[in-house]
Order: sequence, then C-alpha cells, then structure tokens
Amino acid sequence: MGKIWRISGPVVIAEDMRGSQVYEVVDVGDARLSGEIIGLESDKAVIQVYEDTGGLRVGEPVAGTGEIFTVELGPGMVGNIYDGVQRSLVTMKEEIGDFIARGTRIPALDPDKKWSFTPTVKAGDKVSEGDIIGTVPETGLIEHKIMVPIGMEGTIEGIKEGQFTIRDTIAVLENGGGKKELTMAQRWPARKPRVYKRRFDPEDLLVTGTRIIDYLFPLALGGKASIPGGFGTGKTVNLQQMARWSQTHLNIYVGCGERGNEMADVLHSFKKLKDPATGRMLQEKEIFVANTSNMPVVAREISIFIGITMAEYFRDMGYDVLLVADSTSRWAEAMREIGSRLEETPGEEGFPTYLGSRLSSFYERSGRVECVGSPRRMGSATVIGSVSPPGADFSEPVTQATLRIVDALYSLDVALANKRHFPTINWLQSYSLYADTVDRWWKKVSEEYTYVRNQTLTILQKEADLEEIVRLVGPEALPEDDKLLLLVARMIREDYLMQSAFHPIDTYTDPARNHKMIYVIIKFYEMSRAMVESGALVSDIAGMKLKQRISRMKDIPNEEFDKYIADLLLDIEKSSIHEEGGG
Amino acid sequence: MEASQLFTRQTKAIAVARRSLLIIESIPGIRYDEIVDVQLGSGELRTGQVIEVGKVMTVVQVFGGVSEVDLLRSKVIYKGETLKLPVSPDILGRIFDGSGYPIDGGPPVVSDSYLDINGIPANPASRIPPAEFIETGISAMDGLNVLVRGQKLPIFSGSGLPHNKIAAQILRQASLKAKSEEFAIVFGAIGVSYDDANYFIENLETTGALSRAVAFINTASSPVIERLSTPRLALTAAEYLAWERDMHVLVILTDITNYCDALRELAAMRGEIPSRRGYPGYMYTDLASLYERAGRIEGREGSVTIMPILTMPDDDITHPIADLTGYITEGQIVLSRALERKRIYPPIDVFLSLSRMMKEGIGEGNTREDHNNVFMQSYAVYAEGNYLREISTVIGSEALSERDKTYLRIADRFEQEFISQSETERRSVEETLNIAWKLFSALPVEDLKLIQQEYIDRYLPKR
Repeated sequence: MGKIWRISGPVVIAEDMRGSQVYEVVDVGDARLSGEIIGLESDKAVIQVYEDTGGLRVGEPVAGTGEIFTVELGPGMVGNIYDGVQRSLVTMKEEIGDFIARGTRIPALDPDKKWSFTPTVKAGDKVSEGDIIGTVPETGLIEHKIMVPIGMEGTIEGIKEGQFTIRDTIAVLENGGGKKELTMAQRWPARKPRVYKRRFDPEDLLVTGTRIIDYLFPLALGGKASIPGGFGTGKTVNLQQMARWSQTHLNIYVGCGERGNEMADVLHSFKKLKDPATGRMLQEKEIFVANTSNMPVVAREISIFIGITMAEYFRDMGYDVLLVADSTSRWAEAMREIGSRLEETPGEEGFPTYLGSRLSSFYERSGRVECVGSPRRMGSATVIGSVSPPGADFSEPVTQATLRIVDALYSLDVALANKRHFPTINWLQSYSLYADTVDRWWKKVSEEYTYVRNQTLTILQKEADLEEIVRLVGPEALPEDDKLLLLVARMIREDYLMQSAFHPIDTYTDPARNHKMIYVIIKFYEMSRAMVESGALVSDIAGMKLKQRISRMKDIPNEEFDKYIADLLLDIEKSSIHEEGGG
Repeated sequence: MEASQLFTRQTKAIAVARRSLLIIESIPGIRYDEIVDVQLGSGELRTGQVIEVGKVMTVVQVFGGVSEVDLLRSKVIYKGETLKLPVSPDILGRIFDGSGYPIDGGPPVVSDSYLDINGIPANPASRIPPAEFIETGISAMDGLNVLVRGQKLPIFSGSGLPHNKIAAQILRQASLKAKSEEFAIVFGAIGVSYDDANYFIENLETTGALSRAVAFINTASSPVIERLSTPRLALTAAEYLAWERDMHVLVILTDITNYCDALRELAAMRGEIPSRRGYPGYMYTDLASLYERAGRIEGREGSVTIMPILTMPDDDITHPIADLTGYITEGQIVLSRALERKRIYPPIDVFLSLSRMMKEGIGEGNTREDHNNVFMQSYAVYAEGNYLREISTVIGSEALSERDKTYLRIADRFEQEFISQSETERRSVEETLNIAWKLFSALPVEDLKLIQQEYIDRYLPKR
C-alpha cells in the first residue's frame, strides 16, 4: 500500500509503491478513484487517474490491484453502454442513480445473469487457443461464440450444457496433469492487439447505405477511414448513420469527448430503429462506449482502446465488425493534456511527439483476417474515426497524422453545410483507395459500375471548373452544352448526393437502388446531350416532366422503386429514339 | 463546510513568491484544487487556489497576483475544502458575486446543503434528448433556429453588435409564455462592464422576472480568478433548481470570451505550454465542463438550457473561443455585421446559424405541421436570392432574368419582413410561419418544391 506524494491535475505520484508494474490498475485516495500506473521510478509510481482528482490530499492511500488494465469480454456486452473505463452505465444508473459519482466500481458484465450455453465440442476433444467450444444466443442478431482464451490448450475433460452465469465453470481443460477451469468470460489487455492467423487485403464493400460513400468513395470491410470536418458539418450525424445502417454483424460506437445530448439521441434512436436487412432492433447489434466531454479526460485515452479490443474480440468469432470513433481529436487532446502534465517535450502544437504512432496503433488494429482457432473462419474489423480540426483547418497535426494512416477520406465541407447540402462530404476532396479493389464487388451489382462512377466524378469536376466562369460572366453567357452539364451536375447533387438522414426511406439506400438512382441521371444526361446537339435548348430540357420524375425518385418506397426506374429508363429511351428520328 | 471551518489552518512557511504563484511548505490536510485565503502583512486578504500538492511543497496560485506578498508576515489560510455553493429555494431573487457572496444587501443564504461548484457529470444513459420547443418570440430563431429545453445554444457575436439586447429579449419573452410552469432564470455575468450587468438586472426587474432569477455578477473590475468560478456557481444553482426543484431553467452566461481570456491568463502565469493563440490545450475540456451541464434527465421534471454569449475577436468564427464552443454546443446563433449595417434587428445570419436540436422540437404537436417544410423552403429561397445578389454585383442585375429578379426582391423582403422585428415585438410561432408564407406567395407556386401540396393548399395566401 502506497501513499499520495504529489497531485497535479489528473496525474498523481505515489510513494512506497515498490513491486508495482507499469499499466497496473490502482485505487487512489480515500475516495478509491480508479487510476493506472504509467511510469515507475525507484519507489515512486506515476499514476494517471480516470476520475476528477479535486479534493485529494497528500498521504491518502494508493492501493495496487496487481492487474494491468484489461477489457472484460463475454456475453452481456451487446446492447450495453460503457463509460471510458468499461463500467456499465446501465448498471450504474440502476445502482447509484443519474449522476456519475467518483470511486464507483461497476462490473462490465452482469455477473448474475444466466446465459444459455450450448457446447460445440465434447469431452476428450483436443482444443487450442481461439477454438470455439460453444455458443450463447446473446441477442436475436449475435450468437456469442465462446473461445478458448489465447495461450491455452489441452484436452476437454468435461463440458456442460445449460444455463450459466459468466462466473460459472462451463468446461475443464486438462493439460499435462494441470487443470484449467473455463468460464464464458475472458480478459484482454486493452492496449495490446489481439492475435490472428493471417491478414488479407480488404476487398468486399462495407455497405453503409450512404450513397456518396458506397458508390463514389467505397469503404471495404476491414478498412480504415477518417472523417474530418469543422463544427456544424455533421460529423456526428454521418458517423451515427454508419453505425445505424452499416451491413455488418456488429457495430461499436465510441463517443469520445463528445456531447451528452447527442449520445442520448443515439442511444434513444437505436432503441427504436430496425436493421434494414434483418428487421431486428438495431440495439441487438450495437455496443456503446460513452465518454462525454465532461467526463474525465484520462478515461478518454483508454476508451478508444477498449472499443477496438471489443471489435477484435467479435472479429475473432468470425464476424464483420465496424467501429466508429467520435472524435479522435478529443482523444489526441487527452494525450496532449497528460503529456504536458508529465512534462514531456511537446511536438507540434503541444501534441506529444508520439501522436502519429499512437494514432496508427489504433487504426492498424483494423483489418480482414483469418482468425485463430478452429473452425476456420474469416473476420474483419473496420475503423472509422472522425477528426475535429480547429477552425476547420486540415493542416493541423491530428488531421495530417491521420491522413498518413487511413486509406479512405471523407472530407466534410463547411460551405456545403452552410448551403444545407447534407451529407457534406466534399466530392472533390474525398478519396478512397479501396475503389479499385471493391470494383469487383460492385460488378456483381452492375457491369456498368466503373463507367457510371467515372462519368459522375467527371461531371462534378467539370461543374467546379464551370462555376468559376459563371461567377465572372453569369450563367446565361455559357454555351448550351455547358449549361446542360451544369443542369445535370445540379441533378446529381440534389437528386442523388443529397441524402436526408431523417427521411424514413432516404436514410438508407441499398447498393442496387443506389446504382439505379445514379444510372438514371447519367442516362438522362446522355439523352439530353443528344437533344442539345440536334438543337434543343437547355431551358426546355429543364422543364421536362422526366426531370421532375427523377427528382422525386428519392421518396419512392423500395417496393415500387424498380418499376419506377424501369418506367423512367423506358421513357428516356423513347425520348432518345424520338430525338434521333426527328433530328 | 461549517464543521471544517472549526479546523481552519494556516501557515507562514512561504518559500517562494513569483509571478502569481506561491510555493509553500506542505501542510497535512490541504486538498488539491481547494480555494485558500492569502493574508498579506497589511491584513489584506486575497484568494488563491491550490494547483499542485506535493509532500514537501504545495503550489498556490494567487488571484490578483503576488505584489506586496512578503515571506515573513504573509500567511496562507486553508480550510481543507473545495469551493461549494449553499443552496436552497431562497436563492431565487438574489444577486451574488463570483465567490457566491450576496451583493444585493440581503442576508447570506442559510442552508445545510452545499454543492460542489464543479458539479457531477450526468450519466449518458440517464439523459433524454431535448425535444420541447421554447418560443422566444424571435422569428429568425423560432422559424429557422429553434431553441429546445435542455439545449446549449450560444450566441456568437462581435464587439458592438446587439447581443445583450437579443439575450434580454429572449429572457423577457421566453419567460412570459412559460409563466404557468416552474420556470427560472440564472444569469452569470463574467468580466462584463458594470453597465452591461446592470442592463440585465434592470430588464429582469422591469418584467417582474427577478423573483424567479438568480444572478452571479463578476464585473470587469472583480478578481480575474472569479471569472472561472462565476459560471460554475451559476450552473450549480441551475442544476439545483432543475434537478431538485423540478424547474425549467434558462441560463445566460456572458461573456465567454472573458472567461477564456481569464483561463489563458492564469495558465500563462503557471507557465503551461500554450496551444492555439496562447489558450491552454485543455480549453475544450474546460468549456465542455460548463456547457455539458445542460440537458434533461429521464424521470426528472426540470431542465437546464444554456445560452452562452461570446464576442468573436475580429468577428472571426475560427477563433479558438468560437471554434471550441461550436464543437461542444448544439448549434449557434451567429450575428452579422452586414445585417447590422442594414439596420436589421436582430441581425441574425441564418446561414451561419444552426440549431442541431431543431428537428425534434418542431412540427405537429410542438409548433405547426408545416414548420419543417417552411424552414427548408425559406432557406432555399433566401439562399437562391443571396447567390443571385452575389452574381449581380459582378454582372449587374440588368443581366438577370425576370425570375431571378423576383428572387432578389424576395431576399430583401426576407430580411426586412421576416428576420427584422422590433426589440419589444413578440411573435408567436404561427405569426412567424405566416410571414414566410406571405413571402412565398410572391413566387410561382411550382417553385415551392420543398413544401407538400396539402400545406400549400392550407396555408398559402390566396392572391
């Protein structure tokens, strides 16, 4: 048992701490605040405290737990809400009320809840690390696979079937005379990547339901992406949309230093919404980690690692997992604050010099892998992090460090936000390195994917060039074919790229529908270009009923959509023939 | 606190006095973050805060600086307690300074309940998303940037712009409608001029709202350190009224720019590594610890709504104070110097302004069924008009088509008829929406693409 020797903000130095280890979890002070040792020097330990240190006194006790910071993994995580140090906020609410008191110990997994365990191996089977030994139906959407913890192997001496808590022994492992009792829960150090057999390139599309992302700047399962944007550009809404609709098995939403009301909004909306593919409640495939901006800074640093460890754990069961982190800037700021309290030499803008390596140690834990253990299975963890650049200036250290790591960028634009164009993903600045590999996936939806995508990007690029001219000479002075291009570009922006997160149909677009929507506009462009060439005026084309029908396609329910598009395409075809005949 | 006062301790062992810091020999029982008194040889008392405690030495930051501190006669008096506010229903109608002492000539508040001014974070799982409309009577807000209960919505202003007038108008008008309910106003003046503070107090007095208000006043001449405690005292009072007394509390904090400058001043004295423009790197977290105290909690009647006011240095919205605030708050009301020059009051820039909580607070049951459609159409029309305005300054309005000229005129009328109103005019949300409809009637009906047909049939004035 040590004693507090010095207190400076969230950093506490304790004496008489001989025998402690770095990253050991400790209880600090009479209030038993939770902390972690980040450095040792003779008998003194430097501790970062996860809770507010106001009111602490020198001489108060510091007790080591002998354990380093681990994440508790097992049935009971899905649908739960955790704070930055994996305390269940749902349990906390029941036990201590609406406010987060200091020094409260709350378990991550409900120790008393009984789960139905079905073994998939039998006595006498030889098993090793990562092998699935049984399953638990955790929610209607997630079957929790119970795996042999990493580092263990042996012969199953006995295994039970039935209702158990996470504390009960469900199997006994025999290895060279020694016996190990297995429960359904295990622990893993938050900062250490979990192991896998082999890593593969991401090549399948992660369907997010957001048109501009899926079609123009696709993200692959196991990929890593970043969303930087100034305030008011809708970063959080974008991330929420991804966490809501992404066609993965499990989504993890880490709210890191963000708004409490928004977190409440996410939590409440997920209780009401249904997954488009399965019709089940979204809550059955979500885990939340909520460290709002008024919660302790130091817990922010670890919360991201807790999230990614959970993601890897479910990946290891053979699932596709998406982790969204909002916002990695707050995470970086937490590192800056701790670094400065430790009197480390600062790097750019006061951020620690290890900012880049710490960021990549997080993003690099994404990936598509062959999991350890049998049966053979593939799993993936995809990571999307938002960045909040000060003054929307992308040259700042966190944005720049992130850009060197991620392979897809969704750049949010303040100018689009002021025009109320949502999502504000700027089509000229965003990119995805997965576009080439995911191409093959899209070809299954339509052979014309590459052509349509290139056409769309070209039209938008040309529009940007023409806009410059329009500002000088006015729109009326342009030649007809340029006017047409502006008209079609506007259709692409308003009838396709703009997507309402709040409209019941528009909020999620599946890939087939996505392709058809943009395909129709490109077809319309081809048709009207032929018309303009044979002398038609753009002002007449702008007044066509066809164009109005295209502008209504967003609201057409999915059941009627194919017919609606088929009719549209037919009429576009007719107009073209008519034009050829008449011209 | 009363109990601990018996054990008030003091030390004369001051080892170092430099800049605003005192390094004293440590004494058992002194707490990290606690507020202490520093008594000079002359008997003068200054306030200080413990910013680092060690076994051997303790660092105290003295508000007001260390001038005249001597190492022989000066002493540090400490209580072993962090700053707390006594609370009871009697705080309503009272005025306090930035340390929580009454300055209205009344007696001290008697209470056995003391709350830590730093508050305790609400469990995110206990929060409910804000959704109830607050009618401010101002069209640019009620129509396009709706304020809801539990929201934090700042006013981004600039020097010389009428943010105080607008805030006072909101205070007067929002409280009018809610009179039947348990409603309270908490006002925190941070480093403002005496006149500005007085302006608000008088406003509350004339409308009779003072009895439902609590004010914490730190004027420009008060100690800088109290700029940091003033908003915390105000929010602690607000939380008490909301969570323990079931009241809907509207908190006005002005001016956050003074708060941030105080934060910078004190950080610099401590020799901390500065971040952008000299402000400390933890300013986001610090501001969040204020703004995040807004909200609603499941199963509790009350709510805390916060309207911080800040003046953007050089009208720069990317300045760290405005920028970090914008990242934390749920939208912002931005005032425009261009509109002010056109004599438009309130000069609210509806493009830069935004209320993130709006979607939940409008529509049938809250305001009116057509609200969302009218909101979107108004933006589209005004944006189009503004775009053409910009083009016409280059190519001349003569080069525009008749349709474009109509939009130009509508943009002007939008500013003069919709945004503009008098300081005493209280428009109902219906009146606000009807003004928009009146403007729409000057447009071809097929241009109203963002409005459902049934609303057009119901609300568009017949020509």
